[in-house]
Amino acid sequence: MSPRWNAEPFVPLIGIVGLLGLWYLAVNTRVIDPVLLPLPTDTAKAAWKGFSGGKLGVDFLITLQRTGLAIALASAIGIPVGLILGASEKLYRSLEFVVDFFRSTPATAIFPLFLLLFGVDDKTKIYVATFAAALAIIFNVAYGVMNARKTRLLAAWLMGARRHQILLIVLLESFPQTFIGLRTGVSLALIVVIVAEMFIGSKDGLGNSIFEAQQMFEMPAMYAAIFASGALGYGLNLLFRVIEKRVVHWSGK
Amino acid sequence: MSARPHITVRGLTKRFKDMVVYDKFDLDIPRGKIISVFGPNGCGKSTLINLMAGLIPKDGGEILFDGFKVEDVRIGYVFQNYREALFPWLRARDNIEYPLKFMKLAKAERRRRVEALVERLGVRIDLNRYPYEMSGGQQQLVSIMRALVIDPEVLFLDEPFSALDYEMTLFMREQLQRVFMDTGTTTMIVSHDLEEAVYVADEILLLTRAPTNVADLVCFDAPRPRTDATLSQPDFVRVKAHSLAVFQREVRR
Repeated sequence: MSPRWNAEPFVPLIGIVGLLGLWYLAVNTRVIDPVLLPLPTDTAKAAWKGFSGGKLGVDFLITLQRTGLAIALASAIGIPVGLILGASEKLYRSLEFVVDFFRSTPATAIFPLFLLLFGVDDKTKIYVATFAAALAIIFNVAYGVMNARKTRLLAAWLMGARRHQILLIVLLESFPQTFIGLRTGVSLALIVVIVAEMFIGSKDGLGNSIFEAQQMFEMPAMYAAIFASGALGYGLNLLFRVIEKRVVHWSGK
Repeated sequence: MSARPHITVRGLTKRFKDMVVYDKFDLDIPRGKIISVFGPNGCGKSTLINLMAGLIPKDGGEILFDGFKVEDVRIGYVFQNYREALFPWLRARDNIEYPLKFMKLAKAERRRRVEALVERLGVRIDLNRYPYEMSGGQQQLVSIMRALVIDPEVLFLDEPFSALDYEMTLFMREQLQRVFMDTGTTTMIVSHDLEEAVYVADEILLLTRAPTNVADLVCFDAPRPRTDATLSQPDFVRVKAHSLAVFQREVRR
């Protein structure tokens, strides 16, 4: 049995179309109060307005910038620390609990502390996000280093590789796990930044945009900002996946 | 054939925690032969060649190659697990070239040597691919080429074909035989398959249970190239039966 046309490329669209359909249905049948849930078209209009000259576009870029700075800072700290921790099993084991504990602590829980330490400032948001992302990166890099295939290192040594060349192999070996850490880190950083933007002393960013729209009961604008956050998260994840595929083409193979 | 052995092992001692694997072990390995190493599980077949290749430290004794220590000898080593022995971030060609980097050869010369080896072995696989794009047999062939490209004085292979399917194993045995007939390199191959051990070898080194001794050193001098017909010749059948009898005796001891 052969279908008349190839439906394969349209399969991923089913979910989106289904969601939009349900959305229209929910609004039209008034299952959900239209005041709380505007039509998709109204949301799209609000998004368009926000991005073409409105504040939403600026907020989007500000959140992107904060997340980007946080992940850059977290990488600058996390990758070297992870490499050092991973290289020494004793050091790793002595710090494993501490790293794991703080990694498991919701970063938002230490937000008030960071406010005290760094003040109600832009950099506080970035630091909290950095904290969350760095721990994820440290953990994964260390793990990657420790799981470097011993056979590969032995092979290199046997062929005449010296210390620095073997270190290079360890580094390359840790790359796939490092990228897992980076992707986890960027997701965490975005969450923390958005939450931080919702509270104390924030004037901009997507979190602030969502929160303000909610306060003013501008539902289409609120949904537009939520979807903008989603798009940002999705886009960042996609970007890291593309880089990952390029850099560590052997990952998982 | 020179009467003087190529490799001499004297008083070799190796312990793993409380277990004594080798205790004052002596062995002479003749020059220009393929020696199969066969014996009961855990008798230290791989340990023996790892000690000889200098991959793991010995607790006592001496292993000399024409009177030289292993550091002063060009060693080729093929690991059982080719997946963990090749570098996945390098193309097959660059994997083969890798050990030449440490011989301080110019890039052009390294290329030339790889090409010469490809020519000599009649290898017809695309070496511009990455290891993960190749079949298991092809990957192990690349591993073997990497071991051969330095023109080793001694070649060690640790169960090189045990992760391959039967068809590939047969093909690789032929490749190994071809290489050997071409180079006459002193070769030690650990095998867990008695048929293979006898088929490829000039001498079969049969080991006892640990603490390990030489149970027997059986000669098999069927002419090369050996073929499927070799497997049914009386001499092969006799040597295999004798080796099996020695093995059974050792297992039941």
